[in-house]
Amino acid sequence: MAISIPSTRKYGFRMNVVGAFGALIILFWVAIAIFAPHITPYPVGKIVDFNNFAPMSSKDLLGTDYLGRDMLSRIIMGARYTVGISAAGVTLACTIGVTLGMIAAVVGGIFDNVLSRFMDALLSMPSLLFGLVVVAGVGSSIKVLILTLAVIYAPGSFRFARSLAVNFNAMDFVTVARARGEGILYLISEEIFPNIIGPVFADFGLRFVFIVLLLSGLSFLGLGVQPPQADWGALVRQNLGGLSYGAPAVVFPSIAIASLTIAVNMVIDNLPQRIRDRIEQ
Amino acid sequence: MSTVVEVRNLHVTALTDSGREVEILKGIDLDIADGETLALIGESGSGKTTLALTLMGYCRAGCSITGGQIRIAGRDVTVMSETERAALRGKQVAYVPQSAAAAFDPLQKIIDQVTEVARIHGLMPVRAARKKAVELFRALALPDPETIGARYPHQVSGGQLQRLSAAMALMGDPEIMIFDEPTTALDVTTQIEVLRAFKSVIRSRNMAGVYVSHDLAVVAQMADRILVMQDGEMQEIGTTQRILTNPQHEYTEALIAAVHPAARALAEPRVGEADQPILEVERITAGYGSVGKGKDRMPQMIAVKDVSLRLMPGHNLGVIGESGSGKSTLARTIAGLLPQASGSVRFKGVELPTTVQQRTKGQLRELQIVFQSADTALNPNKSVRSILSRPLRFYHGLKGAEINARVLELLDKVHLPRSLMHRLPGELSGGQKQRVNLARALAAEPQVVLCDEITSALDTVVAAAILELLGELQRELGLSYVFISHDLKTIEAICDQVMVMYHGVKVEEMPTSRMKEGAEHPYSRRLISSVPQLDTGWLDGVTQEPGDLPAAMDG
Repeated sequence: MAISIPSTRKYGFRMNVVGAFGALIILFWVAIAIFAPHITPYPVGKIVDFNNFAPMSSKDLLGTDYLGRDMLSRIIMGARYTVGISAAGVTLACTIGVTLGMIAAVVGGIFDNVLSRFMDALLSMPSLLFGLVVVAGVGSSIKVLILTLAVIYAPGSFRFARSLAVNFNAMDFVTVARARGEGILYLISEEIFPNIIGPVFADFGLRFVFIVLLLSGLSFLGLGVQPPQADWGALVRQNLGGLSYGAPAVVFPSIAIASLTIAVNMVIDNLPQRIRDRIEQ
Repeated sequence: MSTVVEVRNLHVTALTDSGREVEILKGIDLDIADGETLALIGESGSGKTTLALTLMGYCRAGCSITGGQIRIAGRDVTVMSETERAALRGKQVAYVPQSAAAAFDPLQKIIDQVTEVARIHGLMPVRAARKKAVELFRALALPDPETIGARYPHQVSGGQLQRLSAAMALMGDPEIMIFDEPTTALDVTTQIEVLRAFKSVIRSRNMAGVYVSHDLAVVAQMADRILVMQDGEMQEIGTTQRILTNPQHEYTEALIAAVHPAARALAEPRVGEADQPILEVERITAGYGSVGKGKDRMPQMIAVKDVSLRLMPGHNLGVIGESGSGKSTLARTIAGLLPQASGSVRFKGVELPTTVQQRTKGQLRELQIVFQSADTALNPNKSVRSILSRPLRFYHGLKGAEINARVLELLDKVHLPRSLMHRLPGELSGGQKQRVNLARALAAEPQVVLCDEITSALDTVVAAAILELLGELQRELGLSYVFISHDLKTIEAICDQVMVMYHGVKVEEMPTSRMKEGAEHPYSRRLISSVPQLDTGWLDGVTQEPGDLPAAMDG
C-alpha cells in the first residue's frame, strides 16, 4: 500500500533575528525566575551594607536599596513575582476569555447577549481603579493578585476571541459539523480554535505586557506584592527616593520591566511565518 | 477589416509566495480584427483572465510580461510607459469585470461612477457625460434610464449592475471591450437579458471584443471565434461554428461533452420500493428573523412557504430555482439546521424532530448534507484524513487502524489518490475539495444526501466528472439525492424528478424527461428556455417576455 509521507511544509517555526533576540530575553528572565533562590548572592531581606543607595561595586553588583539590601538579589527574586504572577494572570485571563468567547459565538442568542453585556460592563471599568478597589477591599495576596489581573483582562480577550469565532461560526464546515450532531465542546475545540490560534497567540502576548505593566503599577502604589518580598514595580517605588542620587536601585528594576515588555513585543511582531499566516487569513 | 489586436509569442510569469517562478502564459499568438469578438475559454487557472488583462498592458500583482508583443491598434503595449498605458485603459481598451457588485463603490451613486471614465480622461464636460450615460443605459435596455443613475449600487439587481458596468466601460468609446466572465455569477433568467444587451451593443458599435468564459454555450452566442486554453497554452483556435461542430483537440471535446452531462442510467426499480417514500416533506414553512407574536408564530422573513416533496428510495429529486428562491433554506430545514415554523419532515415514515439537537445520531447519520463551496465547507486547518475520520469516529465509533483503512476506502470511492490523505484543504484543487466534501458525507453511510449546489462553483469539465461520480456512488451504495441547483443541465443529468421553486413556493413538479415540453407554470417555462444552447443562433432565436410573472408569494 503506497501512502506517501506527509509533505514537509515549506516554512516551519523559524523566526527572524529580532524575534529570536526577543525570545532570548524572555527565556533569560524565565530562567532567572525559576532558579532565583539558587543564584541570589545574598538573602533578599538581608541588609548587606550600611550605606543605602550605594553605587555599583564588586560587592553589590547593582548597588543597594534604601535599606542597604543587595539590589541584584532583589531583582532576581522580583523576577519570580513579576514573571510568575503575570504569566499566571494572562494564562487565566486568556483561557477564560477565549473559551467563553468561542462558546458565546457558537451558542449565540440570549446566552451570547447576556454574557457579552456582562463582559462589556467589566470592560468599562478602568483597570487600575478596579485593581485598587479589589486589593484594598480583599487584601493583597498572590492569589488575589492573579485573580484580579485575570478578571481585568479576560473581557478584552473574550471580545477578541468572540469576534474571530463569529466569522468562523458562519462557515460551512462548522455548519456541517453542527448538522452531524456535534456538541459545543467539539465545535469550539476542533473546528474553531485551530483557526483562531494565531491571532489568539498575538493577543496573549500583548495582554501579557499589559499585565506586567498593571502589576508594576499596583506594586508601585503599594498594593501589589507585599514586603519584604518585592516585584519589579515595588522595587521602583521603594527606591524612588534614590532617583535624585542617580542610584542604580531605581534604574535597574525599571530596565528589567522595560526589557521584558519590549522583548515580548518583539516576539509578537516577528511571530514565525506559520502562526502569522494564520493571522492573515 | 483591419487588425486591432495583435499578440505575438506572449509569455507571462508569476512569482509564487515561496519564490518559485511559474509560467502562466506560454507563448500566445492571436489576432483580433475590427468588429470581431474572440472568446477565451478554459478552466480556472488556464490563464484566460491573465491573457485578457495583458491586452490593457496590465498584470496582476506578482505577474510580469516576460516576453512577446501586444499591439493594440499598431502600438506595442509592452514598451509603453505607465502614463501611456493609463491613457490607453478606458479609452481604447475597456474592461467589464466578473463581479459587478465588487467593481462598484457602494458609497457612490451609479451615475458618478459610470461617468468617472470621462472625468479621468477629460473626454467631455460632466453634463455631456451624463447625457451619454443615459443613452448607454437605454442602449443596454436598462429600466428607467433617466433615473437609474441616481441610485446606489445596492438598489439595483445583479443583472442590472452587470449592464451598468458595461455602460461604464463604454463611456470612453473603446475600440476593444474585454468581458471577464460577466454572467457567471448571474441566474440563467438574468443572464439572457445581459447577454442580449451586450451583444446588441457590440454589434451596433462594431467594436472588437474579448469574451472570457468557461461556459461554452454562452460563448457560442457571443463570439465569432473561440480560443481554447489549457495550462497557459493555446490548444485550439477557430471560428465558433468550427469549434462546436468539429473540435480538433480533446480538451475542446471534453468541454463540449460537459455542456450536456451524460444522462444517468436510471437505477432499476427495486422490488417493493414504491410503497414508502424515504423522505417526505409536508407543507414546510420556514424563514429567518425573530418569530412573530401572533398565534401562527411565523418568522419575520419567510423563505420557504408550504413546500411539500417526496423522495423515493434510489431516486433523485432536483430542486431548481434562481438565487433567493428558497432552495437552500429548504435543504437547511430538512437537515434540521433551521427549525421549520410549520409542517413536518418524515424520514422512512418516522417524523424527524425539527432541530439537530433533538434528532438521534442514527437519524442524523442517514441524512447527510453537502454544501456548495468546498472552500468553506472544509476546515482549512485539518488534513483530509482527520476530516474524513471524524464522522467515522462519531457515528460508527471506529478507532485507529479501522479508521485508516476506511479513510483509504473512502478516498478510493471518490477517486482521489490515497497520497492526498495528509494534505490540507488549501493544497487541493476545487474538484478535489468537492470530492473530499462528498467523501465526508459518505463516511456516515447515509441513505439520503442533500446536495446544495455542489457543482455550481466548479468548471464545467470538473463538474461533469463530479456528476458522474454521484451517479456511480448511487449505483454502488443505493443512495438517494435531493439535488439543489440553479443549473438545469446538471439537474437533467442526475435527477429523475424535478421541482421548480420560485420566491419560496414550489410552483411545479414533473419528471425530468418531461421538463422541456411539459412545463406548465410560466416561470418554469421561462427558466427552461433561458438555458443557453450549444447553437450559435440560440440567443437571437429565443423569445421571452420579461416581467410577466405572477408574484408567487401571494398565492
